[in-house]
Amino acid sequence: MAHPVGTDAAAGLLVDEMTEFATLTSQNGRSATKTNGQPLVAFRGVDKVFANQVTALSRLDLEIRAGEFLSLLGPSGCGKSTVLRLLTGLTSPTQGEISWSCERPEFGFVFQEPTLTPWSDVFHNVWLPLRLAGCSKEKARPRIDEALAQVGLSGFAKAYPRQLSGGMKMRVSIARALVTRPAVLLMDEPFAALDEITRLKLNDDLAALQASLGATVVFVTHSVFESVYLADRIVVMAARPGRAVAEITVDAPGPRREGFRVSPLYAETCQRTSAALHLAMGEAPQNGLLE
Amino acid sequence: MTSEDFIGYAVPALTLGLGLFVWEGVVRFFAIPPYLLPAPSVIISTLFTDWWTLSSSLWVTLSITLKALLAAVFGSVTLAVIFAQSRLVERAFYPFAVALQVTPIVAIAPLLLIYLTPSVAVLVCAFLVAFFPLLANTTLGLSSADNNLVDLFQMYRATRLQQFMLLRAPSALPYFLAGLRISGGLALIGAIVAEIAAGSAGQGSGLAYRIVESGFRLNIPRMFAALLLISVAGITIHVLLTAFSHWLLHDWHESERGREA
Repeated sequence: MAHPVGTDAAAGLLVDEMTEFATLTSQNGRSATKTNGQPLVAFRGVDKVFANQVTALSRLDLEIRAGEFLSLLGPSGCGKSTVLRLLTGLTSPTQGEISWSCERPEFGFVFQEPTLTPWSDVFHNVWLPLRLAGCSKEKARPRIDEALAQVGLSGFAKAYPRQLSGGMKMRVSIARALVTRPAVLLMDEPFAALDEITRLKLNDDLAALQASLGATVVFVTHSVFESVYLADRIVVMAARPGRAVAEITVDAPGPRREGFRVSPLYAETCQRTSAALHLAMGEAPQNGLLE
Repeated sequence: MTSEDFIGYAVPALTLGLGLFVWEGVVRFFAIPPYLLPAPSVIISTLFTDWWTLSSSLWVTLSITLKALLAAVFGSVTLAVIFAQSRLVERAFYPFAVALQVTPIVAIAPLLLIYLTPSVAVLVCAFLVAFFPLLANTTLGLSSADNNLVDLFQMYRATRLQQFMLLRAPSALPYFLAGLRISGGLALIGAIVAEIAAGSAGQGSGLAYRIVESGFRLNIPRMFAALLLISVAGITIHVLLTAFSHWLLHDWHESERGREA
C-alpha cells in the first residue's frame, strides 16, 4: 500500500516529533495503550430505528479498544452521532447488543456546539458535572483549575461564555468533559463549526491532550483530514442505513504534531480514507485517490 | 455621557416640551374653557390642589396592581412548573387558561362583581389580565432548554430537582421576565378597566373611579390629572421591571448585549 520510502521518512519525522513532545511533557502514555488496547466495548449487529421509522443504524459491528483514538467518519445521516448516544446509554439499540468489557465507564461528552450554560461563568460551567455528582465548589476547585489548565484557559474562570470566541467556548466545553477525568471521551464533530485556523490549533492541542491523558476517545467527524491527523483507527460509515463499511489504521506512532500534516504517510492515509469515504457515499473514487 | 447620548435624551425631551408648549398656547389663544380642554398648567396645578384625593386614589390603584401582579407571578410560575412536568397536564388545563385570556375582562367584570365584593372583584380582574402572558411565557421558557444540555444532564445522572434548578429555571428566566414586563403594564390596565366597570357599583376609590366621578362632575382638569398619574404609574412600572430584567440578565443574555465597539 504505502511506499516504503515514504513510510520510513514519515516514521523518522515522527520519531523526532515524538521525542520533542516527550521532552516537553515528560509524559507519553499513548504508544503503550494504542497498540495493545483491550476491547472496551463491542457493538454486535446493532440496529437503531427511531420512533419516526428512520433507520439510523443497520447491523453495525464495531469494537472500541481501551486507550485508542477512534474516529467515526462518514457523511451526514450515517448514524455517527447515534453511536455516541448508544455508548452513553441515553438511547438503547432496537436490535443487537452493546457489550462492555467492564462496567459502563465515566464519560466526557463534547457536542458540535459548545453547549455551555450562558448564565454561568466558565468556572461554573466546568464545575457542572462535579456539581451534579454532589461535589462542593471548594472540593471541585483544584479539578476545575486542572481541567482549565489542560485546555489552556487558566485565568478565564470568571469569564462568561458570550465574552469568549468560538474556539475558547469549545475549550471550555472540553474542560467540562475532562473535569470528571473520564475514561472515555466522546466527541461529536466538536470542531466542525470553527474556522480553519482555530480548528487546526485545537486538533494539535487535542492530540497532545489525549497522549498525556491516555483516555479512550471516540471522535465523530466528516473531515478526512481531521480524522487522519488525530485517530489511531478510522471507521468509515455509510448512510441510509447507517453502517460501518471500512476500517483504516493510521500507523503513525506517538502523539501527532504539526509536522505529521506534511508527511507522506499522512498524505497516503488521507488518500486511502478519502477513497473509502467516496465508496461509502456510493461514488466512484476520484482519479488518483486509489492506488 | 457622550454627545450622542445627550442628543438621544435631548431630542425627545425637546419634542415633548414643544408639544406641551403648543397645547398651552392653543388653549390660551382660543380661550378654550377648562371643562373642554384644560391647559397643561391647569392640569399641573390641579394635581397639586387635589393631591390628597388623587394620591390616595393612586395608592389604591397601585396596591391593587402590585397585589394582582404578585398573585399572577406566583400563580403562573406554579402552574407553568406543573405544566412542565407533563404534557398531559398542560393539555388538560390549557383550555381554561385560554378561555380566561380571550374573554375581554370588561365582559367578565360585571359577573365577578355579583359574586365578589367590589375590591376583590377588581383585584381578580387585574390578576386575570396579568396572568396569561406570564403563564404562556414561563411555560415556553421551561420547555426551551437546550436539548444537548438536557442530554448532558441526563448523562451525568442529574436529579429532576437539579435539572430544574440548574437548567430549566435559568433557561426560562428571560422568557419569564419578558412576560413580567408585559404583565406589569397589563395589571395596571386590568385594575383600571375593572374599576371603571365597577363604576358606581363600587365604593371604589382608585384612580379610575376618580376619572368616572370627575366626568360626572365635569371636573375635566382633575380627569386629566388622574390620567397623567395613571400614565406615570404605567411608565414607572415599565421602567422598574425593565431595570429588574436588566439587572438579572445583563451578565449573560443576548438581549442585553451591547454592541462591542
